[in-house]
Amino acid sequence: MPRTPSSRRTTHRLAADAGLLLVAAAFSLPLLWVLLSSLDPDANLQVKLPDGVTLDNFDAVLTPDITFTPLLNSLLLCGGGTLLTVACAALAAYPLSRFRSRLNRPFLLTILFATSLPITAIMVPVYALFVQVNLIDTMQGTIFFFAASQLPFAIWLMKNFMDGVPKELEEAAWTDGASSLQSLVRIVLPLMGPGVAVVTVFSFVMMWGNFFVPFMLLLTPDQMPAAVSINEFFGNRGTVVYGQLAAFSIIYSTPVILLYVLVARRLGGGFALGGAVKG
Amino acid sequence: MRTNRALSFTPAIRVLPLTPAVILLLLFLAGPIAYCAYIAFTDLQLTGQAEESFIGFENFRTAFGDEAFLNAVWLTLVFTVVSALIGQNTLGLALAALMQRASKPVRTLVGGIVITAWVLPEVVAGFLLYAFFRREGTLNAILDWLHLPSQNWLFTLPILAVSFANVWRGTAFSMLVYSAALNEIPKEITEAAEVDGAGGWRRMWHITLPMIRRSIGTNLMLITLQTLSVFGLIWVMTRGGPGGKSQTLPLFMYEEAFQKSMIGYGTAVALLLLVVGSLFSVVYLRLLRTEV
Repeated sequence: MPRTPSSRRTTHRLAADAGLLLVAAAFSLPLLWVLLSSLDPDANLQVKLPDGVTLDNFDAVLTPDITFTPLLNSLLLCGGGTLLTVACAALAAYPLSRFRSRLNRPFLLTILFATSLPITAIMVPVYALFVQVNLIDTMQGTIFFFAASQLPFAIWLMKNFMDGVPKELEEAAWTDGASSLQSLVRIVLPLMGPGVAVVTVFSFVMMWGNFFVPFMLLLTPDQMPAAVSINEFFGNRGTVVYGQLAAFSIIYSTPVILLYVLVARRLGGGFALGGAVKG
Repeated sequence: MRTNRALSFTPAIRVLPLTPAVILLLLFLAGPIAYCAYIAFTDLQLTGQAEESFIGFENFRTAFGDEAFLNAVWLTLVFTVVSALIGQNTLGLALAALMQRASKPVRTLVGGIVITAWVLPEVVAGFLLYAFFRREGTLNAILDWLHLPSQNWLFTLPILAVSFANVWRGTAFSMLVYSAALNEIPKEITEAAEVDGAGGWRRMWHITLPMIRRSIGTNLMLITLQTLSVFGLIWVMTRGGPGGKSQTLPLFMYEEAFQKSMIGYGTAVALLLLVVGSLFSVVYLRLLRTEV
């Protein structure tokens, strides 16, 4: 009996659903481990139902040493780095988007080239350079480097978003005598709010999760962001309390997940970032 | 699209807003790259040395005669091919293709889980996958339950374990790129092929893949570059061990430069990594050529 297109489509949908759920099950195992272990008074390395639900693990890690100082350091580093990145990127994107120049194309090509360089590879020379100019083990040095490493992609994204803002609106402001800077701050940036939000969140998330940069450039334990301190507290110790490790992982990851959800929703689905990266 | 007002700006004023970005990029990105190219040819060490001296290609000669270096090159190749080119790329495309057909709640759920793995900080992902692959971990528990042989993955096959970890962490990126690309294919084309009786695989091979080939190229370049610079994930899971069995180039570079204090040699390895990365970047730029 020939199948009708609609029944075929239903079969296809069920098959697709089944396939996706299988992959999702595999992907969710490590996530389940961290969720369940954080509530488990007796967590080990396996996914298992907790022996009883407790918040003791969270209680144990919510101390200045383990949680508050590293998170504050992360916030300073990534907040500072993000502010610098977004400000510089917005300024740089403006002439690239608004004025035609023979230099635009080579500049953009260089920027795009720089976005894809493996930053990991230059960390050894950056360390050697920072030792010579006394920026090693300083927050400001690390912030500058964070900003510089995120800038190429931030400029590229910002320029593309800015291209989407029609020029006509600005021309009206120009005839009213507004300067470039005024029209950038008062007209262009507000109109591309979602774009600025994406660049901000993207830069922040990248810095928040970055391990290698602070690992190399900061030495004093008091200055370490959560990305490095988690490794010191849980990675280098003989016996690890897995429940506490899980609890800390959740505390440390929550901000970036919330930020991602925030932007993804504003842009109508998480796929916008992929689209932006693509082009 | 020139305006009179825009014309009246002198070129000098126009490029003024670029200066903060350019200064940052020159000082903190171009500077280190140039410095990298310089110290790769010196014998700079971390301690106990008055001044480094220029030694030409000696570091590179050492590298290519160094078993540990060649081992790291091989492992980097395995890691990149298995985790990025095969793992993330294929799984990402498969997920994106299935999502086109799946029902909305399933799509949202699966997208959410896969993207969460991607958004998690690198070190957290490292710890989660460490727990998963440990001898007492979840993977072995499942294998035992299925009566399949279990083993100490991080000890016997560490490079495979970290490759799977990288697939877990990075697949979302390919999935997002391919979802965007597939959404741009006009519905009429796939429907016409369906009416003509082309089955799922044939539609994929003859219609979908050729139409998204630019996205495939872009995606392959980007995930290769991301995978080449993975450090934290492997560091947390295995420290490159045991016995260098999961030591990819970034970890080798770190060990030479800091644990063995050979900054010059470590930088020479870094420079090689940078050159390979640049070659991929150039190919990537050519793929994007028409869009700039």
